[in-house]
Amino acid sequence: MKRSLSFQAFRAVMLVLFAAFFALPLVAMLDFSTKVPATGERTWADWGLLVRDEALRQSIVTSLILAVLTAVVMVILLVPTMIWVRLRVPGASRLIEFLCLLPLAIPALVIVVGIKNVMAWVSYFVGDTPLALTLPYVILVLPFAYRSIDAALAAIDVRTLSEAARSLGASWLTVFARIVLPNIMTGVLSAATITVALVLGEFTFASLLNYLTMPVQLAAIYKVEARAAVAGALASILLVALLLLVLSYISRDRRTKKGSAA
Amino acid sequence: MAVDQPAVTTKAGTGRRFSVGPSLALLPFLAYVAVFLLVPTVTVVLGGFFEDGRFSLSNLRTLGSATVLHATWNSIVLSASTALIGATLGALLTYLILAGNPHGLLRRATVSVCGVLAQFGGVTLAFAWMVTVGPNGLLTVLLSDALGKDTFGGSGWLYDMPGLILVYTYFQIPLMVIVFVPAVEGLRPQWREAATNLGASTWRYWREVGVPVLTPPFLASALLLFANAFAAYATAAVLVSQGQPILPLMIRAALTSEVVLGQQNLAFALALEMVVVVTVVMLVYNWYLKRTARWLQ
Repeated sequence: MKRSLSFQAFRAVMLVLFAAFFALPLVAMLDFSTKVPATGERTWADWGLLVRDEALRQSIVTSLILAVLTAVVMVILLVPTMIWVRLRVPGASRLIEFLCLLPLAIPALVIVVGIKNVMAWVSYFVGDTPLALTLPYVILVLPFAYRSIDAALAAIDVRTLSEAARSLGASWLTVFARIVLPNIMTGVLSAATITVALVLGEFTFASLLNYLTMPVQLAAIYKVEARAAVAGALASILLVALLLLVLSYISRDRRTKKGSAA
Repeated sequence: MAVDQPAVTTKAGTGRRFSVGPSLALLPFLAYVAVFLLVPTVTVVLGGFFEDGRFSLSNLRTLGSATVLHATWNSIVLSASTALIGATLGALLTYLILAGNPHGLLRRATVSVCGVLAQFGGVTLAFAWMVTVGPNGLLTVLLSDALGKDTFGGSGWLYDMPGLILVYTYFQIPLMVIVFVPAVEGLRPQWREAATNLGASTWRYWREVGVPVLTPPFLASALLLFANAFAAYATAAVLVSQGQPILPLMIRAALTSEVVLGQQNLAFALALEMVVVVTVVMLVYNWYLKRTARWLQ
């Protein structure tokens, strides 16, 4: 399409302004976390605190374990259920979709207010550990995980695949693990990545239920170790961006392979 | 019913017959959602209506108090203004990226960056703006060096409503881009061609075709942004450590307060107010979205 020169100029200027608005706070974080205020020198010492500081390191490890655990529980809970709904109880698909998307309409803060009794009961079984957060976190990531997995399932003919496998004598376990799962791997990986990204930054549950995850610890030390806190926050968003970048490469790889095979 | 049908001979796997067996496999999932989502929600709703085990409207009456009304009003102002700003700027950004090559790098990069930024909140976002426009922030220092005076570092505006509006815009614009790109892509090139063939100028095409078709999805997206801002907690909680200018922070105060014992009930009532507002907005959004789907498919 032909565009006038003035429109092109307007577009370029506006895009630069948008880019500046979104990039500036991130640049400021890098600047702040590496600068000694008195002298203006550059130092990475505060980034080192992320591993050297005992409490901070502990909270980072907690958040990473939480992220992985939540992804694992989410996959175990959601993937078999969604496959099973498509194969055997299609009548329940609307109900499952509704329940999975419900957390979008019920704010996390509201769940926290009402979850005290449930969490007391969870702590009774697993002890007073931050890893108990895994269970409510699975609820928080349900909508995002559901969409990824649902898109992957919609792209393949689950029913025909499973009927073929069943008629050749495969058990349901084989159908799940060796027929359907490999075909929706991209969707499952993307659901797991979104889960990790959300859990690493989650603050509402952890802070109000008094568990020291990384974001809670960073907020707590901001007053005394501001540079280390900002370094940690920047590191976490960079890690998340990296994860999503890797994911987009994986999914594109698989798509092109599939495309060339067809 | 259906007496004349032949008797069903196969046991399982036909998938046609109704049987309870396969549904049982859904029980773990349903139980999980019931315990960790429905039980807390019902607790909040009931907690708003009951006091000491008896039905009572006294909790809801506290919602009419001046402080709660003030916080509610602030929350509405914050959500509405960031929804409006976010929707307008997000729509503009959507148009700018779609005006280029639809398969180009700019478009793909922007959409994936927006996917990250829309979920970007809490500690990181609050810190990011504190070191940008807070006291001694990068932009604060740059501006004061350039202009020779302190432009906006001093007054603490970042830790109150104006700051919240600025910071919320940072995740509202990307969210708008994500939900609005499909709508703008739904504008068919044929409409533009038809309008041009009939002699319409670009301006007339937008005024009589583009804008009317895009208005419903624009308003629907703005509703989604409103609900998103109304329910957001983490960013505000880190940014505003004292005081409770908005509803979510008032819930925090009620939850963590150890001074007054009856605060748990206030937390329930406030949370109930929040879930009602968000649910109503989301219902209108869904209804509106279905209507708009008629044109944009």
